[in-house]
Amino acid sequence: MAECHPVGFQWVVEARERGAKVFHIDPRFTRTSALVDRHLPIRAGSDIVLLGALINHVLTDGLDFREYVLAYTNASTIVSEHFRDTEDLDGLFSGFDPETARYDPSSWSYEGAGQEAAAGVRAEQLEGGARHAEAAGAEQYGSGGAAMSARPPTDPTLRHPRCVYQILKRHFARYTPETVEEVCGISREAFAELAEAITANSGRERTTAWAYAVGWTQHTVGAQYIRTASILQLLLGNIGRPGGGILALRGHASIQGSTDIPTLFNILPGYLPMPHAHLHETLDDYLAHAGPDTGFWGRKRSYMVSLLKAWWGESATEDNDFCFGHLPRLTGDHSHYTTVMEQIAGTVKGYFVMGENPAVGSSGGRAQRFGLANLDWLVVRDLTLVETATFWKDGPELATGEMRTEDIATEVFFLPAASHVEKEGTFTNTQRLLQWRHKALDPPGDCRSDLSFSYHLGKRIRQRLSGDEIDRPLRELTWDYPEEGERAEPSAEAVLREINGVGPDGRALSAYTELQPDGSTRCGCWIYCGVYAGEVNQAARRTPGREQNWVAPEWGWAWPANRRTLYNRASADPEGRPWSERKAYVWWDAGRGEWTGYDVPDFEPRKPPDYLPPDGALAEEALAGTDPFIMQADGKGWLFAPAGLADGPLPAHYEPHESPLPNALYGRRANPARRTYHSPHTPYNPPESPRFPYVLTTYRLTEHHTAGGMSRPLAYLAELQPELFCEVSPQLAAEVGLENGGWATIVTSRTVIEARVLVTGRVTPLRVQGRTIHQVGLPYHWAWGGGGLVTGDVVNDLLPVVLDPNVYIQEGKAATCDLRPGRRPAGRALLDLIREYHDG
Amino acid sequence: MARGGWISRWPVLRQLRGEDGRGAAARSARTDALRPRVEEADSVARSVCPYCAVGCGQLVYVKDGRVTQIEGDPDSPISRGRLCPKGSASKQLVTHPGRQTRVLYRRPRGTEWESLDLETAMDMIADRVVRTRRETWQQQEGGKVVRRTLGIAGLGGATLDNEENYLMKKLYTALGAIQVENQARI
Repeated sequence: MAECHPVGFQWVVEARERGAKVFHIDPRFTRTSALVDRHLPIRAGSDIVLLGALINHVLTDGLDFREYVLAYTNASTIVSEHFRDTEDLDGLFSGFDPETARYDPSSWSYEGAGQEAAAGVRAEQLEGGARHAEAAGAEQYGSGGAAMSARPPTDPTLRHPRCVYQILKRHFARYTPETVEEVCGISREAFAELAEAITANSGRERTTAWAYAVGWTQHTVGAQYIRTASILQLLLGNIGRPGGGILALRGHASIQGSTDIPTLFNILPGYLPMPHAHLHETLDDYLAHAGPDTGFWGRKRSYMVSLLKAWWGESATEDNDFCFGHLPRLTGDHSHYTTVMEQIAGTVKGYFVMGENPAVGSSGGRAQRFGLANLDWLVVRDLTLVETATFWKDGPELATGEMRTEDIATEVFFLPAASHVEKEGTFTNTQRLLQWRHKALDPPGDCRSDLSFSYHLGKRIRQRLSGDEIDRPLRELTWDYPEEGERAEPSAEAVLREINGVGPDGRALSAYTELQPDGSTRCGCWIYCGVYAGEVNQAARRTPGREQNWVAPEWGWAWPANRRTLYNRASADPEGRPWSERKAYVWWDAGRGEWTGYDVPDFEPRKPPDYLPPDGALAEEALAGTDPFIMQADGKGWLFAPAGLADGPLPAHYEPHESPLPNALYGRRANPARRTYHSPHTPYNPPESPRFPYVLTTYRLTEHHTAGGMSRPLAYLAELQPELFCEVSPQLAAEVGLENGGWATIVTSRTVIEARVLVTGRVTPLRVQGRTIHQVGLPYHWAWGGGGLVTGDVVNDLLPVVLDPNVYIQEGKAATCDLRPGRRPAGRALLDLIREYHDG
Repeated sequence: MARGGWISRWPVLRQLRGEDGRGAAARSARTDALRPRVEEADSVARSVCPYCAVGCGQLVYVKDGRVTQIEGDPDSPISRGRLCPKGSASKQLVTHPGRQTRVLYRRPRGTEWESLDLETAMDMIADRVVRTRRETWQQQEGGKVVRRTLGIAGLGGATLDNEENYLMKKLYTALGAIQVENQARI
């Protein structure tokens, strides 16, 4: 965190000065490690074992926050008798189809009503086979999770053998301090210190927070890493409370925003799923499958109809399903890496790349570049000539003779972009906070904002339409924004107002609860409704921090409804009183009959703690006054996820796809549902291969930014970190024959790169399963061009393309490699060396 | 040399007394006339750092149509005026000489960039989108209506603004392009 989110880390330093104990769990010693109480070096890819052992510790010693757990989680809920755990099936959950490598989740559901609710999806899966099962993954559920009953059967004594609490106890029993030592390389003593610290620091009076970044997500079990942390935090009562939570430290200024208002294939704005061809022929079909009817997700018709009205305006009517048919349909996985494979296959002809540099920033860069070289046309918009724009002129495949410039038929347009100070608009930062940036000056030359590019491209496309039916969604699209200045820049504020939404009177709405299912409201992203409340740009608010309370609600605007801590109803006890004075945050004011506190309550403001829903209630009315998790069907925090995940209702440790070790916990070595590709451009290292004996992990440095497009061209930053290096321990350096300051060659099945050697105690050899495991650390900021003042080989080219089955994120943080002293071969000889390893 | 004990030779005291070489002795008419860049700016815009997602406040100072300084915004309850090395260097991000400010075009199998004016480039791109969309249009797949093109894909958004992502997703979706992705997937 000190390395990659340095200014955010000031708060950790301050908390530590006030007595907080801080642990840093990371394969390498960093600037963060230097400022904490304890650094725990861990083997990359083993975190579920560590977190699972903490869960086991809590359950075995009865250290859970029982009142919180009983009231606010699904610990007491009884699960279907058809469910089988990894304990029963040696590393598999029930429902696995080995032919398709997919799970049918129906046996994971709650007892009774849940199975019926999941039946629609299940029948389609069975009927349609693998292709349909693929699409019935996590992306089908939106943010509300799968449809479930609001009132499933429970056993508040937690003794029923099929209640979630007992299932958890059995499932995590094998995650012991000994397995932590054996699998993660963390000693029992260090584990005991961590376990003692987090349990002592949780409960009524205290809370513990976990913070993570892509070190937890870039794995074939990445989503389950976060699930494991969620289970631990729910058991300890650390969700929805001040000082608690699981904080995603995201790496790009508005990567949160680009998820909320997604440039992502599987969702529409506000986490509404993209419609699927086989499940969602009509709006009613779609809504029946798109998440639960209880909880706030139960208002999904209002959210969806308001979105369709924002996009197709007067053309969207009740009679035509509000133009639901205008939406294109998915038939499976259309994610980034699948798209690249489709470029290589020739399906994709044209590609827009805007502010991203996949030629060096994505895993297995060779596949990326072969994809780019097979396009008809490519549009790159950026501040500098990034490698994605210039691969045809100077890419590594020209040096190896695999490509020739004269043979590459891709037509390339490079359009220079406006910088962050040359346009106005909002970022959504990592804490869900929208902050408006004012424009400082006009962009130079041909530089334009991406807003301007998209708007004017849309205008031109609309001028070229025919009367054909296929052009109707474009013809009827609302695409009319005020233009400003000589560059005819569209008004970003008008777009933000459309995102916020308007009511029947044309005035800006102030809350998502005002959205209607009948087409009378329009809203481009329901979770952002309120950012323009009262016709005021709330994201531009800048009351100085020193002039407001510590929650700082008047700086920018956080979605939803300016709530700074999600699910904060859980900061009060079931009766609505703060769990303790020390941790008071949001509470029920009985005198005034409303929720109040330092933050905006994440709850219906006037729903009393003793509210009980009538039978058959829908949407938020189906949740009791003690149900804080208002987006969930049952209002509970899910210790056990009865549906919504592609690889199991509970986390289980699997080794990375490429690992030097077998799985010490189960017969299954790697995540059985992981997604692999069979491309000659990105082959895999065999598991447990003596040819690739070392663990490879990648990371960032303070002085650079991801693949370097925004840092390598800057003189100050290039001078501070001028050269690619690999971090190796003195023991590994001795084993391989590497010298500090000399060169190393790093080899995987994908490619071979070279880096300067940094021999350092910051990387520790770990004793795991009776072997010494060496880890090699590589920052990935360099490449051959991109206007960089400093250059280096492309680290991401080393990585495999193998994905988490829930979110299709690649396993970039734990692979295997070989190391050799000296510089790499060039030209054809480089390919010969890879072949040598392949033929081994 | 100053007489007396070590305390009198303490640099802080010497500076306060004006004896230090970096004090009054370093002053000149030129240094007296120097003003901080932030004081001389024509305007200052309140902005946000474009690198990681912490969202540190920035103050962007402009003089004569050029960015002259970018500093941390002390009012921000997130950053309290602080910036990291990248945020502190972000003036160079905006002003460095390697920044491209003109449209470039590479024709199929071409060996060099060519110049192209922006309006022509926009028209050419629009022509290609319309043509590729028609050529690759899929009305049905497996007996189901899909109304889409797999011929056009997009990547990018995590460094862009919400308003930009919104227009992009809206336009791509109306076009029927579904392979729309960004860094959040990575």
